[in-house]
Amino acid sequence: MSTDVPQPTNPVANGKPVLEARGLTKSFGALQVLRGIDLSLRPGEVLGLVGDNGAGKSTLVKILCGFHSQDGGEMLLEGKQVRFNSVEAARAHGIETVYQDLALIPQLTVYQNLFLGHELTMLGPLRFLNNRQMRKLAREYLDEINVHVPSVDAEAERLSGGQRQAIAVARAVRAANKILLLDEPLAAMGARESRLIINLVKDLAASGRVSIIVIDHNYAHLFELCDRVNVMQGGKITIDRPVHETSIEELTELMVSSYRRQLEQVREGGA
Amino acid sequence: MITIGLFVYFTIKAGSNFTDTLSLSSAAGYAGPYAAIGVGEVLLLVLAEIDLSAGQVFLFCPWVMYWLHGDGVPLLAAILIALLVVSAVGAINGLITVLLNVPSFVTTLATNFILYGLVLVESNQLQGSPIPLSSGSGFWSKVMGTGTWSEIIWVAAITIVMTVVFKRTRFGVRIIATGGNLVGAAEAGVPIRRVKIWAFVLCSFLSGLVGIVDSVKYGTLDPGNFGVDYILYAIGACVIGGTALTGGRGTLLGAFIGGILIGILQDGLTLIGVSTNVFFIYVGAVIIGAMAVNVQFDRLIARSRGT
Ligand SMILES: Nc1ncnc2c1ncn2[C@@H]1O[C@H](COP(=O)(O)OP(=O)(O)OP(=O)(O)O)[C@@H](O)[C@H]1O
Ligand SMILES: [Mg+2]
Repeated sequence: MSTDVPQPTNPVANGKPVLEARGLTKSFGALQVLRGIDLSLRPGEVLGLVGDNGAGKSTLVKILCGFHSQDGGEMLLEGKQVRFNSVEAARAHGIETVYQDLALIPQLTVYQNLFLGHELTMLGPLRFLNNRQMRKLAREYLDEINVHVPSVDAEAERLSGGQRQAIAVARAVRAANKILLLDEPLAAMGARESRLIINLVKDLAASGRVSIIVIDHNYAHLFELCDRVNVMQGGKITIDRPVHETSIEELTELMVSSYRRQLEQVREGGA
Repeated sequence: MITIGLFVYFTIKAGSNFTDTLSLSSAAGYAGPYAAIGVGEVLLLVLAEIDLSAGQVFLFCPWVMYWLHGDGVPLLAAILIALLVVSAVGAINGLITVLLNVPSFVTTLATNFILYGLVLVESNQLQGSPIPLSSGSGFWSKVMGTGTWSEIIWVAAITIVMTVVFKRTRFGVRIIATGGNLVGAAEAGVPIRRVKIWAFVLCSFLSGLVGIVDSVKYGTLDPGNFGVDYILYAIGACVIGGTALTGGRGTLLGAFIGGILIGILQDGLTLIGVSTNVFFIYVGAVIIGAMAVNVQFDRLIARSRGT
């Protein structure tokens, strides 16, 4: 695989991987979802992850961000082996996540959701909320990135699906300082909002500070956003291609032939 | 809002019977335990959990103090150890619920029976008397329960402090987050297990604390008292106050007012000479009424916000 080809779309995307997975496995009961995932994310890179529904993409992301722990295999952060026991632990290393289910709390307001897990507090150990400051920063930040909500004091319950998604993305983008994991960040969004989020992610990537993994079923979005695309099939990464070396057609073709190969293997194994 | 409305309505309606201090204070006497237990219980209801043992903890805590003091432990130490013991009971409730994945309804039902049994066994079914401080008229006796208003002042103070904790601290936000969307809260990095365990500890601690005050107030401990009698009223107080049992929402002030309301009903009916049996019908009606009003109120708010 042509992993050492320079990345003209994003000149900073080279050097040692910032995040690396080696042989990650994960089962839920009898269902083996991940069967040895090898993946590497280079500094400043945007890596796309595609695969069928149920392929295990979200499961992989939830291991990388500390929500699940893997059964086997290892993870390296900037070359050092790590094992996160919680989302908090991963966050402490600068890893932020937008989950497919968004992880917003319906009863909390926009600003409370935006700061959930990152609350600004005062009076030391008493952890009094600095609501005024959080409101102000929330308002400023949402304005800055052009996300429109009725008010930062509106409860998340009363937002539209797309608005909720924008808040979830904004929360992670705001806090990420090393790695950002995006699990279908555009799923519920209209054209304008999709564009907004795509630009937000592009800006973040262009800053070179943060490396990004994004899951999406829309190839057009992925080809626009990503430097490289990985395909997940049968619990493994089967295809790894820089986007400038491939096309939607080729990727589809590769996926189909890879399936055919798997099918044949299964048949031969059964015979 | 609704509870305040109800409260005012009932107070005005029953007003003429409540003018003298004696009946007001006895209403407060009924109300104190319900309100106190209710305030702690709201934290758990917001978490979509429940503590059925809080009523028994309320009764158990003064027994521990009484036994320790009887064995020669200085009073202050006896009180602190008793509070530690009931906090540990809360921690056990929380740990079993969270680590073994047992519904808290079941965990705390079991704890409730165990504590009841412990009291019966340890007391040989004899009354506990005299309770330290209960016969004195010194400052500390007054503070700890013999003063006419001391119990309700304790409960009011607890309500205020806990409301500040619930509304203004990170712990409060974490409780709402955990109760509102358990998986989402965990994904967002909220330590959901720790939050739940601490809420169980707090609920037990607060119930136990007011339990001690209540024992000083009455001066004797009756081993036959069953905590379930208290906890059901306390949950009633929460519901009347506008806390749903679905998680994510609740008000501590509401539980306080709900407790007062039940106390007023209980005392008022006794005072007017209405058969106390009717009391239960009233309580039931108020719970259903409050629930209905709250649901309507939510709908109204939703409409006015244009959703
Ligand atoms: N917590 C869980 N418990 C049991 N099974 C799970 C759990 N999470 C995921 N699975 C199973 O693991 C498999 C992979 O799920 P995952 O959500 O990772 O897929 P995905 O690739 O993200 O799919 P999609 O494109 O639909 O989001 C599915 O068969 C799913 O049912
Ligand atoms: Mg998924």
